Amino acid sequence: MSDKSGFDPKRRSFLGAMAAAAGVTLAPGVILYGISRSSPATAKAAGAEASSAVRWGMLIDLGRCDNGCDDCVSACAEENGLRGFGRPETDAQWIRKVEIKNPQTGNSKSLPVMCQHCEDPPCVDVCPTGASFKRADGIVLVNKHTCIGCRYCMMACPYKARSFVHEALEDQKPHAPRGKGTVESCTLCVHRIDDNRQPACVEACSDTGGGAMLFGDLNDPDSEISRRVAKYASQQIRADLGLNPGIRYRNL
Amino acid sequence: MRLCRTCTGLLALMLIGVSALTGVVSAGESDIAGNALLPVIPPGAGDTCVEDTAFMRRNHMELLKHQRDETLLKGVRSEQYSLKECLSCHAVYGPDAIAVTVANPAHFCRSCHDYAAVSIDCFQCHASRPEVE
Repeated sequence: MSDKSGFDPKRRSFLGAMAAAAGVTLAPGVILYGISRSSPATAKAAGAEASSAVRWGMLIDLGRCDNGCDDCVSACAEENGLRGFGRPETDAQWIRKVEIKNPQTGNSKSLPVMCQHCEDPPCVDVCPTGASFKRADGIVLVNKHTCIGCRYCMMACPYKARSFVHEALEDQKPHAPRGKGTVESCTLCVHRIDDNRQPACVEACSDTGGGAMLFGDLNDPDSEISRRVAKYASQQIRADLGLNPGIRYRNL
Repeated sequence: MRLCRTCTGLLALMLIGVSALTGVVSAGESDIAGNALLPVIPPGAGDTCVEDTAFMRRNHMELLKHQRDETLLKGVRSEQYSLKECLSCHAVYGPDAIAVTVANPAHFCRSCHDYAAVSIDCFQCHASRPEVE
């Protein structure tokens, strides 16, 4: 990480360089698919525990993700009750659109970046209280009952996926508790997943966006996402770190 | 003899105390809103709570704490002991027919915690009322 500028938009060029280094392995003649709206095959009963047989993941096809579209971002804010305070540097951000540009060709892409739900999450490694944890089904979460707000996980996350709540909040969504002094990030809409529904961003993307996001169980060889990652080349961002994120990108 | 007198004095004091308490309780039953000494506990929706009242008064925090770990760490979302269900049954509606938040002293949780001088921080993160459409 030679990016010394820290938390600033220059990270875009860093990501762009990464994309260029990885080589834009575009498969010519990519076939477009409709996103299946059916509930995940691995249905879970309300009283059942999350199963380690499942690994939730997402495949985002950047060929279908428009530069100007931020439906996933607004759906996330709406679903989880994220409201800004007009301070973009500290306002909570669970998902954001990052624009990358290949300096050689001028080709630009915009990709949604959220918590990548790593198999080996550095945020979990560094957390001094064990508040940052990975659920059995691969979803990385913050236990705000034990989070002391030290923000070590924010430093450790290579994706800049986590936010710290700086302001006292009120009227949170009942399914998304969040409060001052704790760190938070994309939960992959865990309350929806436990209810056998898709994350809000995926739903919004297929409803009004380009239908670029596909959510599913990476461990189930018959799931749509497993079939597609098997058939087509996909990438993880910063794959060199060996964290094995659950979020994969196509046409990066 | 001296000891006995002290005993009698104590007994008399206790009797006075008990009668005073009974007085408060009977006054509370007749005109509960006008009595500032006892908490005004709003009735919940439905016939019965998930456990009987005496048990809930003493142990609701244990149930909630157990459920929170089950839900957050393991993804068990049974409704019986969930805070969300507590708040939906015990929602107190204001004059505008919208459920009040914990900022209002009439809020179910607050009515008792104020009385017992218990300061809880649940609602720094959790919504204190059902979702307002």
